Amino acid sequence: MNNQMTKTPMPSQEPDVRNKNFKEVALGYTEEMAVNEAQRCLNCKNKPCVTGCPVNVRIPEFIAKVAEGDFAGAYEVITSTNSLPAVCGRVCPQETQCEGKCVRGIKGEPVAVGRLERFVADWHREHIGNDKVEKIPSNGKKAAVVGAGPAGLTAAGDLVNKGYEVTVFESLHKEGGVLVYGIPEFRLPKDIVAYEIDTLRKKGVTFYHNVVVGRSLDIQDLFDEGYDAVFVGTGAGLPKFMNIEGENLVGVYSANEYLTRINLMKGYLDEYDTPIKKHKQVAVVGGGNVAMDAARCAKRMGAEVHVIYRRGRDEMPARAEEIEHAEEEGIQFHLLNNPVRILGDENNYVSQIECIKMELGEPDASGRRRPVAIEGSEFTLDVDGVIMALGTSLNQLIVDTTEGLDENARGGIQIDEETGACTREGVFAGGDAVTGAATVIKAMGAGKLAAAHMDEYMQK
Amino acid sequence: MHKIVLKKQLSHDMFWIEFEAPFVAKKAKPGQFIIFRVDEYGERVPITMAGTNKETGTVTLIFQAVGRSTMLLSQLEVGDYIQDVVGPLGKPTHMEGLKKVCVVGGGTGNALAYPVARGLAEAGVKVDMVSGFKTEELIVLKEEFEEAVDNFYLMTDDGSAGEKGFTTTKLEELIKAGNDYDEVITVGPPIMMKFVNEVTKPYGIKTIASLTALMIDGTGMCGGCRVSINGETKYVCVDGPEFDAAAVDWDVLIARNAYYHEEEKEERDHICRLTGGVRHYE
Repeated sequence: MNNQMTKTPMPSQEPDVRNKNFKEVALGYTEEMAVNEAQRCLNCKNKPCVTGCPVNVRIPEFIAKVAEGDFAGAYEVITSTNSLPAVCGRVCPQETQCEGKCVRGIKGEPVAVGRLERFVADWHREHIGNDKVEKIPSNGKKAAVVGAGPAGLTAAGDLVNKGYEVTVFESLHKEGGVLVYGIPEFRLPKDIVAYEIDTLRKKGVTFYHNVVVGRSLDIQDLFDEGYDAVFVGTGAGLPKFMNIEGENLVGVYSANEYLTRINLMKGYLDEYDTPIKKHKQVAVVGGGNVAMDAARCAKRMGAEVHVIYRRGRDEMPARAEEIEHAEEEGIQFHLLNNPVRILGDENNYVSQIECIKMELGEPDASGRRRPVAIEGSEFTLDVDGVIMALGTSLNQLIVDTTEGLDENARGGIQIDEETGACTREGVFAGGDAVTGAATVIKAMGAGKLAAAHMDEYMQK
Repeated sequence: MHKIVLKKQLSHDMFWIEFEAPFVAKKAKPGQFIIFRVDEYGERVPITMAGTNKETGTVTLIFQAVGRSTMLLSQLEVGDYIQDVVGPLGKPTHMEGLKKVCVVGGGTGNALAYPVARGLAEAGVKVDMVSGFKTEELIVLKEEFEEAVDNFYLMTDDGSAGEKGFTTTKLEELIKAGNDYDEVITVGPPIMMKFVNEVTKPYGIKTIASLTALMIDGTGMCGGCRVSINGETKYVCVDGPEFDAAAVDWDVLIARNAYYHEEEKEERDHICRLTGGVRHYE
């Protein structure tokens, strides 16, 4: 038992070094650090941490193995319920999930569950690898998964483990969804995502790229091809804009576009063709994790970066750790400010962003205090790039092209919350395609739920 | 991977290629586009299909080798492979209820107008085709158009073939001569499409423009291809590529499409000068 009140610190690149490269910021625990941190776990009987985990990782059990130095055993415990541990250990908002429920967190800091999960996954990859992973024998039934993002990969992983012949259809040229196009290399190295996908492939999952279900194929085609059930995890749709003047000027990006140019298309590397501008002054509008990712990418591309957010720091939806990292890296925050319009030069290029100062009023429907504009407080910032990170709307393609698939009130795919089943028999859905933009782990939880009920459905 | 089965050079920088993409060929309709990525380092490039063949499972592209990606594509030969092809994307050309249509193509846009004109004609629509080129040696698909449509009007800027003059002049002449078009469909440089709309506006003829925009995923994720339509933001990839020409903010479209011209030019000079078009770091 380790009575240390704070988490064992994790080494990371120095802010002034890392804000000029795309290498991973956090460097991970050594074996000694991991054992030390694992010994902080009280191994509580009622396991509050597990209730906080959307994929029900048996947390105290894996941490006990780490404490004993049995890292391979810890990996087996984690992967019995979570097919993407190296990803979750890096990008889950543990502070509101497992760690948020940790008893050690009542006085002092919770056990660093995320860091330990990451350590175990990395240790396993480096020391054992997936060379010996074998194809899982087929039970003779076929499942299709649409979209190779967190929801789809999780569903594919759980289904292949149960013996289904799983085929994943991905619209992009690479698997991973938001893990490859959205989350930057410095938070989630793409080699790690590729490794997790490779493991699924070794187990027998087939991946097809460049297939847009709803265009190249439709859901009916999949049933005609002999699939017994279909999981739809197509992710979020079009980026949202503010509908203010100047948003279509040259140099205004959605965060999705800016991040995709960098992460998926590797525009920041010389040998790749996709262009990305090296801006001097960039405004990033929004306060979520995507805004932080875009801001930190723009910084690494050499820009002075200004985050503009209409509420205060406490109301920012981004993880505290991401905000801190961004601050350390020299991103400037303009809180309680809201863009009013974007101004362009004679060539329709962005030249300035005009903002208005805000104050917090009464709480709104989300429970956060509603920002109210302070009249006459407008000011401008000189910028040559603007990145809008305001969330996404829902992609209608599958609903529009599939008979019998109903839409929910938000415009996503209607499902039974208990089972993930859609209004059309044999079709299940989960993740951002249902809920609108959420988190990687919530999408994974949805993929897991649907996979369990697809299993039940296919065994009927 | 998509094997190239046919390649023709149409002019000094215009190419015709056919490659295997059976799923795309099976589903594609006139007006839709694909995105290709020439190799592992390539950009994702949207391009409207010039034709498809369901029997052979092939897709035809006619393109001008102007940017790095199209130059690299033009270097591939029969038997070589294109790394990625995804499609069909976008909404097909709306054809219902049309009886008589004039299709106006400019330059490379003629290649993209061809399947639309042919598709309309096959659907029983009367089609007049006005094709404009800078000069004789840039003309493509003349025989194909002549065979597909009811009346074919060839225009060149310098009068080296067909009639001398712009497509807009011919279009206006046809309208004035009493041709009662239900719709005019135009594909070509934005500036030409803008002027086609100027011509048709006084006559109240509905005019559809097929737009090209910078795009990455092509499925409604990145938002790079947004255009301003009647002041409202729309996306070429999922809402288009065809829009009411009268509603398009042409200046914004033209500026947005030119955003990476500097980078493109640098890349182009680089690839011509150093490598003759072949990648040097593989």
